[in-house]
Amino acid sequence: MITSSQTVGPFFGPAILRDGRVAIGGEGESIRIEGRVLDGDGAPVPDALLEFWQADARGRYAAEGFVGFARVATDDGGAYTLATIRPGPVGGMARHLAVTIFARGLLSHLETRLFFADDPLVPADPVLARVPANRRATLLARPEDGRYRWDVILQGDATRETVFFRWLTS
Amino acid sequence: MMPAAGTERDVFPPYLYEAYRSTIRRAPRQPLIEVMATLTEHTGPGPTLSAIVPEDADLTRNAGTGGEAIGQRIIVTGRVFDEAGPIAGALIEVWQANASGRYWHCNDPWPGALDPHFIGMGRCLTDREGAYRFLTIRPGAYPWRNHPNAWRPAHIHFSLFGNNSRGRLVTQMYFPDDPLLPFDPILSAVPEAARPGLIAAYAHDVTEPEWALGWRWDIHLRGAGATQFEPPR
Repeated sequence: MITSSQTVGPFFGPAILRDGRVAIGGEGESIRIEGRVLDGDGAPVPDALLEFWQADARGRYAAEGFVGFARVATDDGGAYTLATIRPGPVGGMARHLAVTIFARGLLSHLETRLFFADDPLVPADPVLARVPANRRATLLARPEDGRYRWDVILQGDATRETVFFRWLTS
Repeated sequence: MMPAAGTERDVFPPYLYEAYRSTIRRAPRQPLIEVMATLTEHTGPGPTLSAIVPEDADLTRNAGTGGEAIGQRIIVTGRVFDEAGPIAGALIEVWQANASGRYWHCNDPWPGALDPHFIGMGRCLTDREGAYRFLTIRPGAYPWRNHPNAWRPAHIHFSLFGNNSRGRLVTQMYFPDDPLLPFDPILSAVPEAARPGLIAAYAHDVTEPEWALGWRWDIHLRGAGATQFEPPR
């Protein structure tokens, strides 16, 4: 039997964040992604942890010299910022980052994906195609003032709550 | 060991568990969207994470003060597996309260005494047999504000990276002799059959004479094929 999950709780900060992997560096176009994590009341979640996993600019995971991983905590206003490079497309999918969310009150982590609203590959993405059309916008980071804006809404109606995935392996 | 049955849906807690109040406004309300995993999920950062030194696994001395943490010294050891077998080189990060139940964190409101020699965080990589080992002190219980007279049982937080994103797990390890276990909504949120999997076993063979008590706790991660679902449509 696999081992069960428990909440990360509110006090992970010193242990998890001391690595300082708060940005993803590498060759490519530097971009900045900002947003907030909000609960079902629209209140900021000040103790969330976001983990990002992405391919390099040529669409390769864990390529030589490129880790492609960062983790960022939200601040008192529920806000996060990720400095990274724009990932290349992987395996016929639109450019994306895998995003894993941990927080007090999340007994298991949540998995989602961030896509770029201005990526021409978005309309043909096979994962987005599995998402009801009226919910897809929750996964699209919007360009705004030279950066991307993407909020995570943990709870809400179908068009507001961020789409979360369960990845099947067989 | 229990048979290797049990998918995440049988083993993981639900997102909404009202007795744990923080879930009420944070649990998703919409169903998760089920999609076949892609290369993005079949890869992960685990093997590439950072420089670990052996001292990181000794929480009794890693505060860097030259002093030793107060509390009952314990060894926590075990092995990490996925369904393919032991996982070598898995990064494990742990954090915990000190002997009085206080975290080394500015937001911890509990006025338990701070221990200047204990920061309550450690990390290590599993060895070739998938084994890990921490030296620490037994954490204390502490109150929280979930409900009247709420106390968390003593626990150690574990964060693990397996061989791919499927193996990512954050969980908590408990002690079997803790009278608070039945009262804890965070542990009780786990399906009953899976709760024993979060509780360490006292291990006299791990206990070191005149030194430290031993606890053993194995961890089983999801892997590429750890979950059994109906065929995707």
